[in-house]
Amino acid sequence: MKLVVLAGTPGSGKTSVLLHTIRTLVKSGKRPAVVKVDCLWTDDDQRFGKLGIPVHVGLAKDMCPDHFTIYNTDAMLDWGASNNADIVLNETAGLCLRCAPYPDECMAICVIDVTTGPNTPLKVGPLLTTADIVVMTKGDLVSQAEREVFRERVLDVNPSCMIIESNGLTGKGAFELAELISEGPEVRDNMVLRYNPPLAICSLCTGETRVAHKHHMGVLRQLDGFMEYRGE
Amino acid sequence: MSEELTLTIIGGVDKDGVPEPVKFLEVSKGEIIGIVGPTGSGKSTLIDDIEQLAQGDTPTGRSILINGKKPDALTRVDPRKKLVAQLSQKMHFLADMTVADFLQMHARSRGKAPGLVDRVIELANTLTGEPISPDTYLTVLSGGQSRSLMTADIAVISDSPVVLIDEIENAGIKKQEALQLLAGEGKIVVVVTHDPVLALMASRRIVIRNGAMVDIITTSREEQDVCSRITQVDNWLMSLRETIRRGEIVEELA
Repeated sequence: MKLVVLAGTPGSGKTSVLLHTIRTLVKSGKRPAVVKVDCLWTDDDQRFGKLGIPVHVGLAKDMCPDHFTIYNTDAMLDWGASNNADIVLNETAGLCLRCAPYPDECMAICVIDVTTGPNTPLKVGPLLTTADIVVMTKGDLVSQAEREVFRERVLDVNPSCMIIESNGLTGKGAFELAELISEGPEVRDNMVLRYNPPLAICSLCTGETRVAHKHHMGVLRQLDGFMEYRGE
Repeated sequence: MSEELTLTIIGGVDKDGVPEPVKFLEVSKGEIIGIVGPTGSGKSTLIDDIEQLAQGDTPTGRSILINGKKPDALTRVDPRKKLVAQLSQKMHFLADMTVADFLQMHARSRGKAPGLVDRVIELANTLTGEPISPDTYLTVLSGGQSRSLMTADIAVISDSPVVLIDEIENAGIKKQEALQLLAGEGKIVVVVTHDPVLALMASRRIVIRNGAMVDIITTSREEQDVCSRITQVDNWLMSLRETIRRGEIVEELA
């Protein structure tokens, strides 16, 4: 069994990239299955369903969607195995850019939209810097020079990644991506995350909704960067 | 630049999946080749196939060979090895950077010296009315400024042996100067155009219809004569435009 974790900012074109890649994988005799994780709502399962492959939706609701993905990874793989899949493709919701839900033994793919400008690669964090493959989308909307500058910025923060320029409308890049996925590692037990999740031990985690410093406890970072522990 | 250079286009299919009539076209070093056809017929798609050195993996199914051979994977993607520079219709910058920062970054991505930046700006300013300064933000450049900057960028920084130009005439810049600048020495230039001057400056032109290459026309002696006559008309129009832009009165009939 192979695991692919596909992450990226909302609207970057994750689903479109995945749809084209799945078609190519199926054509080459692979048996992919998709787990789509979202926060509140998704109809992407219908888009994937049209490809005739097993699809499962996970809604994180009031949990952090990346945390939800991380502790449900084994359940996803079991579900894939029971559906006779040989590749589980997990499309994450990925919102706060602080986590990267990539385990060590997977193919980690970050989808990033070129039209967000060449400063974006500097802002995305571990989602981009710990990915194996970076897929640049919407390149047809900018000049060649701007695509090349964007690419250079991606390599600045992740020098060892493979970059694929993809187009969700025409399917450009899907062939290369499917080939790299087919050559990806097999999953094994006891996988660990590539990057540590954020400190999440403040009173917000336990349901405090009041705004302002005086109401909060735990490990807090102030606006000036100073970090403190408040509490017993 | 390598001594020998040929670009080969191997035909694919039209918009309906029917094999296109032109199945093979070879273009040599130093040649300017036009692409003509109605709006929406697939001219830009052919340019895109060449830019990404398609290997039967685009919707048209075309393949592009360099010196008769299939280009390797790195030649297709690494800007330092890229053989193709493209001036596209997409000219609005989205990058929130100054002209100088952007050009420095682009020079780095192409493995070129940062000192080329001044040369690009200087050259761009010969093609456009309103001067561009290094501190200007890209997002506030006018259409003509963007185009001339990109033209100069391709001539100086990208400096690839194959240059693709998509409809340079729509940009409010000096198109013939721009074309000569891009064509440089010994390059292959492919230009999509509706403009008779540019189309007839090419030695051959590919005719596109319904997504297919349907014909290749070699520019005849007569057409070359027509070209030099309409070039004069075009220059006159250009000088009139400049006169009006300067707020002067048009007085004489040339």
